[in-house]
Amino acid sequence: MPKEVVVRTIGVKKNFMLGRIELKVLRGVDLEVSRGEYISIMGPSGSGKTTFFNMIGGLDKPSAGRVYIDEVDIAQLDAYELAWLRCRKIGYIFQTFNLIPVMTALENITLPMIFAGVGHDEAVDRGLKLLEMVGLKERVQHKPFELSGGQQQRVAIARAFANSPAIILADEPTGNLDLKTGKEIIRLLKEMNRNHQVSVITATHDLKMLDVSDRVVWIRDGQIERIEERANLDIKVGEVEGE
Amino acid sequence: MAGQVGKQVMLPKQEAFKMSLRNIRIRFGRACIVSSSVLLGVAFLMSIFTNTVIQQALLKNGPESIKVSLAAGASDSMARDIWLVSLSLLVCVVGITNAMLMSVTERSREIGTMKCLGALNRFIMEIFLIESGMQGLLGSLAGGLIGGLGMLITYLARYGTVILNYIPYLGLLKFYLFSIILGTVISIIGAVYPTYLSARMEPAEAIRREV
Ligand SMILES: Nc1ncnc2c1ncn2[C@@H]1O[C@H](COP(=O)(O)OP(=O)(O)OP(=O)(O)O)[C@@H](O)[C@H]1O
Ligand SMILES: [Mg+2]
Repeated sequence: MPKEVVVRTIGVKKNFMLGRIELKVLRGVDLEVSRGEYISIMGPSGSGKTTFFNMIGGLDKPSAGRVYIDEVDIAQLDAYELAWLRCRKIGYIFQTFNLIPVMTALENITLPMIFAGVGHDEAVDRGLKLLEMVGLKERVQHKPFELSGGQQQRVAIARAFANSPAIILADEPTGNLDLKTGKEIIRLLKEMNRNHQVSVITATHDLKMLDVSDRVVWIRDGQIERIEERANLDIKVGEVEGE
Repeated sequence: MAGQVGKQVMLPKQEAFKMSLRNIRIRFGRACIVSSSVLLGVAFLMSIFTNTVIQQALLKNGPESIKVSLAAGASDSMARDIWLVSLSLLVCVVGITNAMLMSVTERSREIGTMKCLGALNRFIMEIFLIESGMQGLLGSLAGGLIGGLGMLITYLARYGTVILNYIPYLGLLKFYLFSIILGTVISIIGAVYPTYLSARMEPAEAIRREV
């Protein structure tokens, strides 16, 4: 089977102007992600992971270079198409969960469906199934502040899957969670990745994440330092932990 | 399958209404603060309208004794009143813009997240403008009543219940409606700029911005 590329970036650069000084955060990143692949992006703090995610996710515009999602150059899209893409093709998971505080768990999950034009009853139906899938069936009517961090992140994962996206972008999904909860979240992501043929791209400092990844991309100073296949990983883990 | 991108459609207004209502209900304290700045402006406006209307009605048809006591300092205050009303409404607009700016900035991350989930800028604008409009409506309803009744009570205290026979209620009602509409419109206008600023921000920036 020929591999189907869902994300392709070509020479993506991003500069920020800090007063008069130009800060070069991404210095030309080329990456291809196939359908169903699980990729971890590792790199020291400040290396540009979040910035790169924002480029892939259509959440910010690169200063140079191109981003293709399902072979579509997202720079060519108008506001309506971009919103459509964010709504249906990509699911976002954040380190800080970013649930809408005034909405219940269920409402948070059905929100992207409502944006996609799904009817209320069907949205609730699907929302309940998703909540069950992430193990929060009893928390349907709870507001984010009534949930633990791990539970909030589960809701966020369910929300990311609301419109059956092709890509999940998870920026340090375990960054605010304890070890055990973090493991559960990783397991959940891997499960979804396997069962739904969705590509998962995570940024992380979390070495547990390496176990489930198909490839690991190391970023340093806004450039890809190296890319490793899972098969060659085991040796490196120890080395990293020493860093 | 590759290469297919559709266009996001605008949600029906009732969705935006539902979300605005929920925001007001849940952040009721905040809503009251915004409303109260409208309330004060409209109360002042309505009290001056009421004063003018009652005064003129009494000068025209009222009992002789009241006419005499009114005639003393009546007509020359008109220009000053207009000036005061304009000023108070201006303060109102600035107050609302400020309150909305805070409320929108506070929810920057929420706006960014909604855009990640597929919200159009227009939808975000709608939510906030409806929210502000409803806060303005509430504030104006209450403010108009307070201002109008307050002025009426002042007259009653000074001249007694006899004046109730001379008050043009329909005219007052018209001014009340006018004040409500004005208060609501001002609230929406005051919210346009801050809302526009946040709605068009790139989601990454909106989420990043900490308050
Ligand atoms: N909007 C912005 N304006 C100015 N500088 C920015 C902006 N966004 C990011 N940066 C800078 O870009 C650099 C990379 O930031 P980024 O958030 O991508 O790092 P990261 O790899 O995600 O780090 P971490 O692991 O700590 O999350 C940092 O030096 C940061 O200060
Ligand atoms: Mg980051």
